[in-house]
Amino acid sequence: MLRRLATGVVVLWAAATAAYLALLAAPGDTVDSIIGDGADTPLIRSQIVAEWGLNRPAVVQYADYLWRAAHGDLGRSYLLQRPVRDIVGEQLWPTLKLALFAALLGVVLSLLLAVTTRRPWARRASSTAELVLVSTPPFLIGIVLLSVFSFRFGLFPVAGDRGFAALVLPAVTLALPIAGVLTQVLRDGLDRALEEPFAVTARSRGLRESAVLLRHALRHALLPAVTLTGWLFGILLGGAVIIEQVFGRPGLGQVTLQAVNTKDMPVVLAVVVLSAAVYVVLNTAADLAYLLVDPRLRRS
Amino acid sequence: MTTPLVRVEDLHVTFDTGRHRVEAVRGVSFAVERGECLAIVGESGSGKSVTARTLVGLAGPGAEVRAAALELDGRDARGHTERDWRRVRGGFAGLVLQDALVSLDPLRTVGAEIGEVLRTHRRRTSVEKLLTDVHVPEPARRARQYPHQLSGGLRQRALIASAIAGEPPLLIADEPTTALDVTVQAQILALLAERKAAGETLLLISHDLAVVSRIADRVLVMRDGRIVESGATSLLLSGAGHAYTRKLLAAVPSAASRGRRLAGSGESPAVRPPAGVVAEATALRKVYGHSTVVAGLDLSIGRGEIVGLVGESGSGKTTVAQLLFGLVEPTAGAVTFEGAPWSGVPERRRRPRRRRMQFISQDPLSSFDPRWTVRRIVAEAGGEVIPLLERVGLDATVADRHPRQLSGGQRQRVAIARALAPRHSLIICDEPVSALDVSVQAQVLDLLADIRATDGTALLFISHDLGVVHHLADRVLVMRDGTVVERGPVEDVFTRPQHDYTRALLAAVPTLEATS
Amino acid sequence: MTIATERPLIGRTGARPRRLRPAVATATGFLVLLLVAAVWPGLFAGDPLAADPFHVLRAPSAGHWFGTDQLGRDVFDRVVHGARHSLAIGVAATGIAVTAGILLGVLAGLAHRYADEALSRSFDALSAFPLLLLALLFIAVAGPGSVSLVVAIGIATLPHYARVVRAQTFVVRRAGYVTQAVAFGDSRTRLVLRHVLPNVLGPIPVLAMIGLGEAVLAAAGLSFLGMGPQPPSPEWGAMLSEGRGYLRIAWWASVLPGVVVTLTVISLTVTGRHLQRRFEGREQR
Repeated sequence: MLRRLATGVVVLWAAATAAYLALLAAPGDTVDSIIGDGADTPLIRSQIVAEWGLNRPAVVQYADYLWRAAHGDLGRSYLLQRPVRDIVGEQLWPTLKLALFAALLGVVLSLLLAVTTRRPWARRASSTAELVLVSTPPFLIGIVLLSVFSFRFGLFPVAGDRGFAALVLPAVTLALPIAGVLTQVLRDGLDRALEEPFAVTARSRGLRESAVLLRHALRHALLPAVTLTGWLFGILLGGAVIIEQVFGRPGLGQVTLQAVNTKDMPVVLAVVVLSAAVYVVLNTAADLAYLLVDPRLRRS
Repeated sequence: MTTPLVRVEDLHVTFDTGRHRVEAVRGVSFAVERGECLAIVGESGSGKSVTARTLVGLAGPGAEVRAAALELDGRDARGHTERDWRRVRGGFAGLVLQDALVSLDPLRTVGAEIGEVLRTHRRRTSVEKLLTDVHVPEPARRARQYPHQLSGGLRQRALIASAIAGEPPLLIADEPTTALDVTVQAQILALLAERKAAGETLLLISHDLAVVSRIADRVLVMRDGRIVESGATSLLLSGAGHAYTRKLLAAVPSAASRGRRLAGSGESPAVRPPAGVVAEATALRKVYGHSTVVAGLDLSIGRGEIVGLVGESGSGKTTVAQLLFGLVEPTAGAVTFEGAPWSGVPERRRRPRRRRMQFISQDPLSSFDPRWTVRRIVAEAGGEVIPLLERVGLDATVADRHPRQLSGGQRQRVAIARALAPRHSLIICDEPVSALDVSVQAQVLDLLADIRATDGTALLFISHDLGVVHHLADRVLVMRDGTVVERGPVEDVFTRPQHDYTRALLAAVPTLEATS
Repeated sequence: MTIATERPLIGRTGARPRRLRPAVATATGFLVLLLVAAVWPGLFAGDPLAADPFHVLRAPSAGHWFGTDQLGRDVFDRVVHGARHSLAIGVAATGIAVTAGILLGVLAGLAHRYADEALSRSFDALSAFPLLLLALLFIAVAGPGSVSLVVAIGIATLPHYARVVRAQTFVVRRAGYVTQAVAFGDSRTRLVLRHVLPNVLGPIPVLAMIGLGEAVLAAAGLSFLGMGPQPPSPEWGAMLSEGRGYLRIAWWASVLPGVVVTLTVISLTVTGRHLQRRFEGREQR
């Protein structure tokens, strides 16, 4: 268990370093980026260099970056001259809301579908739907849903983040591709589990097929799905950036895009490293969850 | 005249997968009398498992079942709904499958598995009482554990407990001891005999005639979906039965079959006495982390000699094979091959001699490159492909097929053909016939004996099956926990065992003598 | 000597694919069309840049199969020309990812424990970033455009292939036939070349095909955000973004390019899976 945690920390460190290296590779002078369109005099330049510590050796800057990052200080935005932590913190909640709700929808939907579409015809129909959902770009799904439910039927607001209604369409858009993949994984897992000898034994005890499915096979099918948790989150974050654009929602997506376009590296860096951190945490949690579900892995 | 517990007449079970129609059971009729133990024996594909499972309505997906009569405790089961079958399962008949490690849900505790049956059939007994009935010590503690935490024998007992929890009058056991060590197998058979004495009716399915002979009253012999013979166990075993039954009996290797061919008739070819040592291991030790797998083993194999290495699982015999073969370096001790050092020598220097030592494993399919045809596989070893195939009894047409398309016995022959190609002096065989049907096993064993006689090849024959070793080997070593507890000429060791463990092993082996 | 008499086993499952199912045939056909369009767009369509201010935002008709966009350009022409961009980006990115993935994966699979650990952690670190965000990071550094997309997506999808190849190398390295080859005196290099590599690389082409679908999807997404080829380039994702403002009145300008993306990805996945099933019969178990 300790080993897993240690591995997680190592991965996180490697990710932060890789991102930092990317920052270093950014063309153009950092001072130029900070000045932007503002006044540009040698005095201001030297002030900026002193203030940002840009004249220290690269290794020291790197160590300083790691140290501060570990303490939650993610630097200051070149563009907005404010602590990145504040900028990100303000926009975090809308994105989080969206991601969590979409995750919930996706998981619930896929569980329902996997368990209920066992007959051949239902299975084929669901498989086709899953294939389409997984292959469709999320922005297309969002646009279509917008057209139909917002523009045509006026059921949901077109943009913004006011109220629960504004959350529905974006969350559904994000949830559908996720459900597409998860349903396949779950259904495959169920199929395989139901052919195992323990399923035969369970049937031979006089259990209904539904009991065999839910009480025995489902737990086995969840195992491979648990390992997908980290990946799931990645999709959610990436998708959120796009979806927020489509639905005009505030959130990390907007912040990130603006930062990318203006080469506001500290912000981009912070968002990217933050997402890596969450991924590592979720993965470690998933590994532990695996231990909970599969007793064979626990050391007795 | 009491009605039989089960009566089956003209049963047909067909599987239709869209592309093929497979008739697994073709017109089988039999009855199971109350309180008896009936065994159905046959090789793979005989339809014995399907027949047994049909009695609980679990013939398999896509099965068409037709019968002139199918009576369970006097009731006609042909018109049973799914609901009726659920009452039959566990309530009228309990099913015990092979290998409790996969037959019990590995994600649930043993207690939960047994408790499930009690709830489904609304019985008041406690889980602990059931575990005690099957002689599981510390039942309360064990009930809270998971299947993988129990030993093989305890697991199988727990599985049996879950099958009898619903108090069914009939207990169907499908190969219940196949995955177990010999000593544990004996215990489980004793448990089943005890259940029978307590009034249960037993239906035992097995491919192993010796196992069956221990507890069965009557035997049905099945082949290709039909019953070839049925009768009292003692009668069948005395050789008074059908030709197929006699052939099956003759094919079982044991002390009695030593010196004669198992398949076909005639004697095994005469053996030249060994001259010189082909391989030797001295004070061999192998330690992995904290566990000592092989602890100070001495072994020598003479030219043209067949040395048997027996032991139960975990005895270290596979590791010995790996050490001899040079796959793994010993922690201490040395191996010499043909007089020259073998272990501790860099692979570069061993390479020219490599071909003189060959290896045959239990699962030949995994030893073939999945992309290659038989021809290429045998050619890799050098030598002429067709003559080699013919020597092992395979037709030349096999050469251009893929191993996947061959049967288990054919694959093993291909592996042997490949091993014969280079000019070898020693073949290490690690459980080469364990996965084969009795009749196929017989053919392969005869082939190995022939090879030894004509080529003077030495064989190290590793097996858990004492009968096979008794039939084939000249000398035998008995291994336990990484050391050799007894060694000597096979007749001596097996008829006059000195060590307690050897005695226990031999006592546990079911033999074909009729129950006295 | 008796000839073996037992019944040979039938092939592993009955799941051998029947004659080309209509779905697979359609998918393959679509892909071929797409390929032709990418290589020789002029065969199907006219000039993607030709703006016609008198026919702005017209609905699909006989003259304009996909209608016209806000500058009066024929959407169908633009979609056909866009095939080249999207496919090229996807193929290039997947090519980079697969090649690098194979090299690193085989290295990790054959190497000693510490080297393997180091490599594996690097793969883990790379895959800790969501694909889109990693690509955005790269683009923040290198600026938008086709090349940026190719490199960004290539680096982001690399760990996936590297992991698969590494796992496969692990399995093959310990396989029975490798052990057996030792008995024939194969040198290590010979072993790797004759047995390990062919068996490890076997499943790659099919994986790459399915991965290509993901790459195309990612490219479209990034273009949608404005990170790809800049206007007036007819890249599918960019077209969707441009048409978004006119969604209420001219849905065809954005929806139809999106549909084409979907069809491309579906075709790639379907064909890839079909090939996977075909070759699974040939591979072990």
